[in-house]
Amino acid sequence: MDRRHHPLSRLLTLAGLAAGPLLVVGVFFLLPVSGMVAQGFVVDGRFAPGEVLEVLARPRVRRVVWFTLWSAAAGTALTLLLGVPTAYALYRLRLPGRAVLRAALLVPFVLPTVVVGVAFRQLIGEAGPLGGLGLDGTPVAIIAALVFFNLAVVVRTVGSSWESLDPRPAEAAAALGAAPLRVFLTVTLPALRGAVVSAASVVFLFCATAFGVVLVLGGLRYATVETEIYLLTNNLLDLQAAAALSLLQLLVVTVLLVVAHRARSRRAAPIDRRTPAPARPGRGDLPALAATALALVLVALPLGTLLAGSLRVGEGWGLDNYRALGTTGSGRALVVPVTEALGNSLRTAVDATWMSLAMGLLVAVVVTRRSRSTVERRVRAGLDGLFMLPLGVSAVTLGFGFLITLDQPPVDLRDSPLLVPIAQALVALPLVVRTIVPVLAGIDDRQRQAAASLGASPLRILASIDLAALRQPLLAAGGFAFAVSLGEFGATSFLARAEHPTVPVVIFRLIGSPGLDNLGMALAASVVLAGATAVVMLLVERLRVPGLGGF
Amino acid sequence: MLRRLTTTARSMIGATITTVTALALASCTLATESGEDASGTPDRSAEPGSTVVLVTHESFKLPKKLIRRFERESGLELEVRPAGDAGSLTNRLVLTGEDPIGDVAFGVDNTFASRALEAGVFAEYDAPVPPGAEDLAVPEGEGRLAPVDQGSVCINVDTAWFERSDLEPPATLDDLTDPAYEDLLVVPGAPTSSPGMAFLLSTIAEYGEDWPGYWEDLMANGAKLTDGWSDAYFVDFTGGGGGGKRPIVVSYDSSPAFTVDERSGETTTAALLDTCFRQVEYAGVLANAENPAGAEEVVDFLLGEEVQAALPENMYVFPVDGETELPEDWARFAIQPDETYSVDPAEIAENRAEWLTEWTDVTTR
Repeated sequence: MDRRHHPLSRLLTLAGLAAGPLLVVGVFFLLPVSGMVAQGFVVDGRFAPGEVLEVLARPRVRRVVWFTLWSAAAGTALTLLLGVPTAYALYRLRLPGRAVLRAALLVPFVLPTVVVGVAFRQLIGEAGPLGGLGLDGTPVAIIAALVFFNLAVVVRTVGSSWESLDPRPAEAAAALGAAPLRVFLTVTLPALRGAVVSAASVVFLFCATAFGVVLVLGGLRYATVETEIYLLTNNLLDLQAAAALSLLQLLVVTVLLVVAHRARSRRAAPIDRRTPAPARPGRGDLPALAATALALVLVALPLGTLLAGSLRVGEGWGLDNYRALGTTGSGRALVVPVTEALGNSLRTAVDATWMSLAMGLLVAVVVTRRSRSTVERRVRAGLDGLFMLPLGVSAVTLGFGFLITLDQPPVDLRDSPLLVPIAQALVALPLVVRTIVPVLAGIDDRQRQAAASLGASPLRILASIDLAALRQPLLAAGGFAFAVSLGEFGATSFLARAEHPTVPVVIFRLIGSPGLDNLGMALAASVVLAGATAVVMLLVERLRVPGLGGF
Repeated sequence: MLRRLTTTARSMIGATITTVTALALASCTLATESGEDASGTPDRSAEPGSTVVLVTHESFKLPKKLIRRFERESGLELEVRPAGDAGSLTNRLVLTGEDPIGDVAFGVDNTFASRALEAGVFAEYDAPVPPGAEDLAVPEGEGRLAPVDQGSVCINVDTAWFERSDLEPPATLDDLTDPAYEDLLVVPGAPTSSPGMAFLLSTIAEYGEDWPGYWEDLMANGAKLTDGWSDAYFVDFTGGGGGGKRPIVVSYDSSPAFTVDERSGETTTAALLDTCFRQVEYAGVLANAENPAGAEEVVDFLLGEEVQAALPENMYVFPVDGETELPEDWARFAIQPDETYSVDPAEIAENRAEWLTEWTDVTTR
């Protein structure tokens, strides 16, 4: 009898844990997206799937899909190539100022695309210091910007997993005579595979749905599925074509998630976690250090341009642009001063962070528990993928979907102030899940079984085994979520109310207003946003320290 | 079995606790924002619908003082909801026509007006239009859409640059394909930028069906495309202050008022008045609005003297009321064209997709 009820009761537990996040994803993602896609399928009140599918046969669509796939693949590959060695250098080596560098790498993540676009173009445009390379308007510029934005994802996801990796197997292999490269490929990399694949899949989704950088840096010559959906929906209201492309996007993302899931689940034995003291850099670390230097240069150059621009006043230099942040801009371009917007941003970010952490933790626990039946395993894998989907779907589809589906009670939420943090939390959720899951999955289930047989309750097991191992990844994930929220523009600009704009919304407005003072203010506000992020990240890093000596 | 059930129950309780804690936390941090709103403006109106919602584009802005005075005098509470650019705004209105996202809309322009009117987005309201504004109305929008502001998209040149280079600046669209001006023009793209679209419409008005040929020549003469206006003006244009290399740009007739040199007191740029396309922005009461009476009052407010006078410095556009006094720099340096190119709004609505597709083909060939 016990046995017969067993799978069902486990599935019920699963459902109980997943209910909250499922409800959120259902209401705020599945409902709006399907509502929007349905609009494309219904023409004059009649169901017309044929016309939607015809769109996919257009030659332009083929070109757009091809560019999306290869640019995202190239962006992901390069980000990994630079990011994995950087993760090693910044998390395993005793480098001076590594906490600051780790925080600095997260800065690009929060910068609004319009500002990064201007910074990149001032650097590589015709008149810029790197103008001679002729990169403006080429795919190279787009891919460089994709790497710039996403480096932090790889460094933080892989880094936090690497930091707590037991070094003894690698030491043993080295003692047995394996060359460093061989040790890395056969011992370290397999242990990190979960984290690397997680990071790669998130980066790929970010690259494939990149929007602003493609338009700004590609000089309109290149279109991705995302930019195409934006133009079709926002500008042309061609809902059939937009629905076709949205479906295509969903399909590609699903395939990617299945592949990533397969790659992750080919996992060997569980990994012992302990946090060794960081090592002194040696001669063998030179390649990693070189890659790190390159990564830092890539991040520093556009940030430097930004900083220089913010200090520029007329023909000379000064802090005028920063002083102006307490005002509403020259010619009164703004509704509220930037300082007030910063307050809005920080408040919203706190909400978005706890929301995404609460949901992310539940999701991570659900998807990492060992399954006892095929059905259960499939359900868990399905859930895992479901919570990643929001990253791969066009923000404009989601935004318009909100308008047409969330207008009836009980979910009449179109003008709720909660929408902004919820939307940001949804964007951050996949990052949170992908940061926590590799660590949680690496915990040996036998530890939990041992605890259970000693009489520990499930909650107790969760607290003393799972949460203990999760302390650092949770901090990393919280930092991510906070940064995502601070920098989020697409959904926020769609949902934020006029009196409560966030900093990116204000920056966008400043940069679109005439007058050089407003541009200077926009750049100064970006630097302040970047600074605020770096400070928050440094504080998070400080919180990590007690954990280091703890176990 | 008992043991199993308790396990389930406990996990459920765990999940519930997490959710409850989350909600409790939510009420802490979120309370500030919503509480502030609730107490912001006391409910003065005796009318059933005391709040009126204005849906507009992201560039909408008026002095707080004006909005407060309107609220005081009308007894209404005005809630402003920005909804993307003019295109995004129009399409949101069309999509939510049956259950609109507000009571009144401002910001649908003459390139999008027909689409909104065809979809029946606007209700009838014959607003008292200020003198001089009658000519700016959309023919089929009579009695529904009231013109509120206008501004023209014109080619701008960096006059200081041309003086230094000892070159005569161009004057017409034709001039831009002259090899003398090779690699000197930067244009925001028509699909991604509203001034970009306006410039495309100028060329369509001038060259009719031959416009793709003109654009081929323009591209062959080294024109540079950017995503948006700010990118073109601040990064690539020599006169924008971003250290760009191109002295000819697509911008507005008001732009020269923002490039006044502090030492000489003169502007360093000029708009070419024979290359302009006039953009007019409209306001209208939304069909199916919850508060149509309040919506009508908002339209009147936008057409009133105070808002008309505040338009240049707050939204960088000209008032439609010809009698409004302009700010000093505007009066001196923002010279409006006497005649502009125009394309019938209905024709724009019908051909927009086709034109943009063709434009993309020609310019990225």
